[in-house]
Order: sequence, then C-alpha cells, then structure tokens
Amino acid sequence: MNTSSKLAGTVNVLVPVGSLGVGIQPEEMKRGVAAGAHVIAVDAGSTDSGPYPLATGISKHSREAIKHDLAIAMATQAEAGIPLLVGSCAMSGNDMAVAWTRDIVIEIAAEMGISPRVALLYSEQDPAVLKRKNAEGRIRPLAPSGPLEDKTIDACKHVVAVMGPEPYIAALEAGAEIILGGRTTDTAVLAALPILRGAPLGPAWHASKIAECGSLCTVNPTDGKGVLIRIGADSFTIEPLAESNCCDVHSISAHMLYENANPFRLTEPGGVLDVTQAVYEAIDRRTVRVTGSRWEPMPYTMKLEGAGADQYQTLMLVGIEDPEVLANLDLFHDRILAQLYERVRQTMGEAAGNFNISLRFYGWNAVSGRSLPKGTPFPREVGLLFVATAATQAIATQIAKSCNSHLFHFPIKRGIEVPSYAFPFSPAEVERGPVYKFLLNHVVEIDDPLELVRTEWVDFSANKGAR
Amino acid sequence: MAKLRDVCLDIRSKNAGPYWITVDLFFDSPETYRKYRDNPAIGPAAFGALYEVDPAMIKHFPVDSLNMIKISYPRATAQGGMLERDMHGGQQYVRLLDVEMDGNESGSDTRDSLAASRAGSNEHS
Repeated sequence: MNTSSKLAGTVNVLVPVGSLGVGIQPEEMKRGVAAGAHVIAVDAGSTDSGPYPLATGISKHSREAIKHDLAIAMATQAEAGIPLLVGSCAMSGNDMAVAWTRDIVIEIAAEMGISPRVALLYSEQDPAVLKRKNAEGRIRPLAPSGPLEDKTIDACKHVVAVMGPEPYIAALEAGAEIILGGRTTDTAVLAALPILRGAPLGPAWHASKIAECGSLCTVNPTDGKGVLIRIGADSFTIEPLAESNCCDVHSISAHMLYENANPFRLTEPGGVLDVTQAVYEAIDRRTVRVTGSRWEPMPYTMKLEGAGADQYQTLMLVGIEDPEVLANLDLFHDRILAQLYERVRQTMGEAAGNFNISLRFYGWNAVSGRSLPKGTPFPREVGLLFVATAATQAIATQIAKSCNSHLFHFPIKRGIEVPSYAFPFSPAEVERGPVYKFLLNHVVEIDDPLELVRTEWVDFSANKGAR
Repeated sequence: MAKLRDVCLDIRSKNAGPYWITVDLFFDSPETYRKYRDNPAIGPAAFGALYEVDPAMIKHFPVDSLNMIKISYPRATAQGGMLERDMHGGQQYVRLLDVEMDGNESGSDTRDSLAASRAGSNEHS
C-alpha cells in the first residue's frame, strides 16, 4: 500500500487527543487536515476517575482546559469544513455535562463570529423508562452484578445509556457540523463517520479502539497528542500526528490491552469487535497497517451507567513518629479502632446511626489494607487517616469530633505518660462530602439505536452569542 | 528461585471499567513467556486466593504475540464507595511481585508459594 492509495480509498479520522481537555496541539491539527482528514473525532469522557462526574455532572477537567481544546478543534472544523464529533461530554456525558459543554461551544462560536450547525445528543435516562424496561425483562446484569432492582434505579442521581455511532450518523446525515454527544463508547464517536461512509465494520471499530486514547498507542506517548487513522476496504492504518513520533507493531497491538478486561474481544452496542485474527505490520517508519479485524453483529444493547451517594465522610489526619507505636502498628490499629467504636457508641448512642470508621496507616499498609509479612521493616513515620462514614455530613463530623481526643492521645500501652500525636490542621477534621458510588453494571436491550437518545440543535440566531 | 518480578519486564494493574481490575504481565522474552505461561502460581486458583476472588470469575488470557498474560478479576465492590483505597487499581499488581515462579511448574505445590505471599485483610466494615 503506497501513500497515494492510502489517501484515495480510505476514510480518515483525525483524533487530536485521547481526552478532550488534555491539550490539543494546533500544529497537529494542521498536519491531520493536510493529510486528508475527513472528520475530527474526540472522546471527552470516561468512568476512570470514579463516580463523581456522573453523580454530579461536573467534569474532572477545568472549564478553561475544555475551552482551550474546543477552540482549537472548532477553528480547525470551520477552516477545513470537516465535522467535529465530541463523545461523552464533560466526562460523564449526562445531560448537565452536555449542556455545560454546549455553553462553552456557544461562547467560543460568539468569540470567533461563527454559527456552526451544532447537534446535541442526550442519553440520560428517565427512571420511569428504566423501570418499564426492567419490568419488560429488557435490562440484564453484567458480571459480577446481579439483576437490577427498582430501588437501585431510585438510588442513582443520574443514569446514562452509553451510545453507539448511530445517533452521530443520524446527526451527520441531518447536516451537523459539530456534534456534542452524551455518554458514548470511546470507539463509537471515532467510528461514526467511517461507518456512515461505508467503511468495513471490523477495521472501523478496531481502528477506533486503537486510536481512542490518542498518542497512547504510539512508541513515545508524550511526543504529541494525536493520531490519524485511515480505514480502507479491508484494513486500516494508524500513525501519530507528531512528525517525530512513530507507531510500531508492538505499540499498536499492545494497545488492545489497555483498560480492557479482554484483549481479544470488545463488546460494543450492536456487536463485538474480535481481533483474534488481526495481523499487524509496519508499512513505513511511523505507520502500522492492520488486517483481519472482525465485527460480529449482535442484538443491540446499550450499557447503563448510574451513580449516586447516600453517605458522607469526615476525615482526620494525624502523623505518628513515636518509635514504640511504629513497632506495633497492627496492634495499635486494632486497639484504637475498638476504642473509637466504643467511644462513639457511648457518646452518640443511636444518633450515630449506621456508621463506619476506617483507619489507614499511610507509610505502612494503607493502600493494600492487608497485613504485612512478619519482619517487614518498621516505617520512620506514618500518616494515620481516620475516615468516618455516616448517613449525614453532620453525623460523620460528630463521630470525628467524638474520636478526636482518642486519636490525639491513644497510648500504645498502659502506665505511660499520655502521648500526643501530630495533627497538621485545626480543626483536625475535614468534611469530605458525599461518598459517590457506581450503582449500575447492566445493559438494556433495544430495537432502535435512537430510541433512548434525544437530539437537539443549537439555534445561534436565537442566542446570537449572547450567552 | 525466580519471583514473578524477576521474569517480567513490566507488571501493571488498572481499572477496566468500574467493576473490574485488569493485570498485565509482560514477560522478558519469548522463552520466559513460554516457560511460565501455564504456571499454576499465576493460574486462576492461585490468583483467586491472592486476590480473594472466586477463581471461576477470573479471566485469564495468554497473548502469545506479545509474550504477555492478561488477568482480569472483579472488584469486591465497585470503584469508589466507602472503603475505596485504590480508585484506579493502579497499585493492585504489587502483591504479585514476589510470587514464586519456580518449583511449581508441575503444578503440584502451589499452596506454599501462595501462603508466603498471601496475608489476611485488616479491613473493617
């Protein structure tokens, strides 16, 4: 395959960065457009950071970081006249997250004096719809979770259905120049235009999986941010956008491992990507070609993600350098923990409700929470993190306050002068806020990929950049 | 006696969605990979004991083309929540480093090497 045939018969996707907000490079955008990109596609979300973004609608990234990247992407979109697709807006892709991103796009458009045709794809779900689907037996659990109960739906602050490429394809067919998507699989946002243009499904999905983290699939992931994929009749190629960087067979084939439970098969809405038979070959110094990627159609499902919070935490941190305590940390842990529970029951009684105290010795075994083998050298100091969890923030803080003097003065043995450990803060306690948690690990079976998605359009004539 | 850390170029762990952790073992040569690929010290039974997971739930994928083994297992509770200590699962590989890889190739004696590297949890709930 020579360079001209690559350009002639392929659909080319410019992936500027692995996660919107990490820092799109203008010169890489220029290089991608010059290389014949037909679309700019970027993922903006993930569950990797934990349940907080979904439960609150708040992005992990700053507004400024998102605006910086969107401004570069929108300028390229306007100049090159190719669509810009953003998936999983503001991390969670819930309705608040899409609206937050929409407002940034409106602001940038006003500053640039442009009025692109912008489609908004919302995929947050109404609890009543989910309960109906559940009653119809169309929601099923993924391992290791069990069947969905309605009370779990009620415990979620937000539930999103994870979109495939179909809503993006429909918006492109309706003339969208910019698409801001709610929660979407990382791959689907990249695969949408190639699938619309008739690219084979195996290579389209596989290329999108490899490219979804931007330069992470390259030999030197910190050299540049983006990659370009070209999907042809029976294969695809991938190369970094940074001229000095390269892809090789190992960097590309190893990327199927990343954050994937299964390195050979990836379930997507409407099918499974199977790369068991894929063959990887370097076609020049910086480009890898992949053949043999297969797509197996399956009944259409959308994954559901839900998060909520029904508990609160208050923390205390205390430093300990006392050598005798450090020589007996596990004993100290067990004794003080028992004392703290006793103390809370005595002082607060029933008012403490259903609570938990967790003590974690940073510098000893806080990360694993496991006992260490006998003979492990004692640390020079530890940070003891006290974590109280309760039904309300006020109760969690009252528990912490009740435990304050014990945490401060608890002796390792009887008959010694009362020790004082090292609090760094006054007050000692820190209110951490709600304990967010993921609550859903299920899929919903649907007949029409657009059934659970709502598409809206931004009307610039009404807003005139005034927002 | 080689430990896993002695026969791998890289050992890493990471979240794979909110409900799973995935561990990648990159062996240092094709020969090493072939020698240890089917070693019970990193098989589902031993791995399940080390991570306190039902062996039937563990996914075990040798990847011959990359001289590596991917092992994925479900979290005890979803990522986040009251007792989370490693949000991204990025430190969960550490307990594998000292697993003894030699002397068990026959598969007859995995328990001793496990007992050496295994320890109980002191998590309170």
